[in-house]
Amino acid sequence: MRLHPTLKVLVREGIPNVINPLDRNALEEALRIKERYGGEVIILSMAPLFCLSILREALAMGGDRAVLLSDKAFAGSDTLATSYILSEGVKKIGPFDLILCGNQTIDGWTGHVGPQLSEFLGIEGISWVRMIEEFHFDQNAMGRSKKGSVIVRRNLDYGYIRIKAPMPVLLSVVKDINTPRYATFTGILEAEKKEIQILSASDLKIEPCQVGLTGSPTKMADLFMPEMRRRREIIQEKPEVASRLIIEKIHQRGLI
Amino acid sequence: MKGEVWVYAESTDRALHEVSLEILSKGREIADKIEGSLSAVLVGRGLTDLGKELIDFGADQVHLLEPQDSNFYPDREMVEVLVEFVKEYDPDIFLLGATSIGTELAPKLAAKLKTGLSAHCIDLDINKEGHLLQIVPAFGGGVLATIVCPDQRPQMATISPGVMRVRKRESPNGKILRREIPLKGEPRIKVLETLREEPMEMPLEKAEVVIAGGWGLGGKEYWQMLEELAALLRGAVGATRPPVDEGWAREYQMIGQSGKTVRPKLYMGFGISGMMHHMVGIQDSDFIIAVNSDPEADIFKMCDLGVVGDLKEILPSLTKEIREKLKK
Repeated sequence: MRLHPTLKVLVREGIPNVINPLDRNALEEALRIKERYGGEVIILSMAPLFCLSILREALAMGGDRAVLLSDKAFAGSDTLATSYILSEGVKKIGPFDLILCGNQTIDGWTGHVGPQLSEFLGIEGISWVRMIEEFHFDQNAMGRSKKGSVIVRRNLDYGYIRIKAPMPVLLSVVKDINTPRYATFTGILEAEKKEIQILSASDLKIEPCQVGLTGSPTKMADLFMPEMRRRREIIQEKPEVASRLIIEKIHQRGLI
Repeated sequence: MKGEVWVYAESTDRALHEVSLEILSKGREIADKIEGSLSAVLVGRGLTDLGKELIDFGADQVHLLEPQDSNFYPDREMVEVLVEFVKEYDPDIFLLGATSIGTELAPKLAAKLKTGLSAHCIDLDINKEGHLLQIVPAFGGGVLATIVCPDQRPQMATISPGVMRVRKRESPNGKILRREIPLKGEPRIKVLETLREEPMEMPLEKAEVVIAGGWGLGGKEYWQMLEELAALLRGAVGATRPPVDEGWAREYQMIGQSGKTVRPKLYMGFGISGMMHHMVGIQDSDFIIAVNSDPEADIFKMCDLGVVGDLKEILPSLTKEIREKLKK
């Protein structure tokens, strides 16, 4: 009998109109799991409305439907407030077996949202996942998935560990996990027909004071350019002349 | 408690991570500024020797938390135990190393404590109000930002390995407080196996010469030329973020805020624009040479020798000249 884990993929807001690269890996992994075990892949994102095209792209890659959490009140949310909003979005969608996230974005590079989302949902979360080895589904009388576990490889600073975690679980994946597919022409056409649900703060029963700048514990106090005192000798010469000048500097420092 | 600074210390195979000593040294500086005390938290069994080492490097107290099983993972139960422990002492500041475990544990703790956390700080300081100033590159790395967490406690931050300097305390004086931590039954997340992988090349942090490439290299072909140049100078190859994303370079070669911090005698950057994310990782280099075709590139404001020109001409020419010089 086929198992039907419901999958939810998190596509965090990245640079406008580009899917955060690691979120593509998360989506690719979700699609592979769906191809093997069945289920539904839901794309979830918190972003301004102009990021709808990102969700369309994710749907073109193969996601089944998408949910966009969007509200003016969300603007300026730090990672804690963002994770809270996403957790309310997940709760609104309903039961799930697996959440996949990119381990970090290329703009903020904090890697906070995955672990914080898992805490808000009260499930286990694992960061730096480089491989999903296998799932074990405990079956109930109906043969449908009820509970299960997953074995993953998680990067360490000096290697990796193989760990077993109970489901539902949140996995934050790294680039090495797979090579994301490109959307096909048919995929792009089909994506136009797929549903994108848009949920606001009031749909999620989130008070504006809990999110955005007000609801974020971290504040930006200052912006500045650091001082770097350097010689700043700038030259513009033919390659051979420039090369000789560079070599001279290397030589002076006793490195050649 | 006001004035209490905490540092989370990590160990592998009964040895402290270097970054734990680095953040401990910084924590000492911060604790002295606010006339407070510095505590290290170390989780594991039979680590008394490491506790002593933490005192040597600045801790006033070492909280040695001993779980029944030393092979623990920061799962929900462990996070819960640590959160209760934090609440009991209510520290003002809590610093963690941005290790592979620290980057997962810190956000989990912050979420549970409903407090602010900044990632990969490149510096820390204290302002007049006694708030922790957390310096991070911002807005794509063009500038630095100071992050504060004015209302919630503890003020939490992670710091990348290699960013802070290690300083031994002149007259170490501290005590070890041991505590058995209760974990119920089987851990929720079970570690099945630990596998070591050693990088093959010379570690970037130890190299006297670092040759780094950025987006401007344009492809694998010029990346290989960069590697050749590094080999000639017996240096190591570093990268900014884009070459790693493009697959020309490996993750461990990345230099900057979320990568390595280097302090070589010579740093040469090719096709690197000079984003803060990267520059903070090279700023302590003795000599910085930059090659970029854009005369307006930010890196030219932060280098010792700037060469405006096409690296696709300069790199082959430089490699050839160096090879010839080495033959003599």
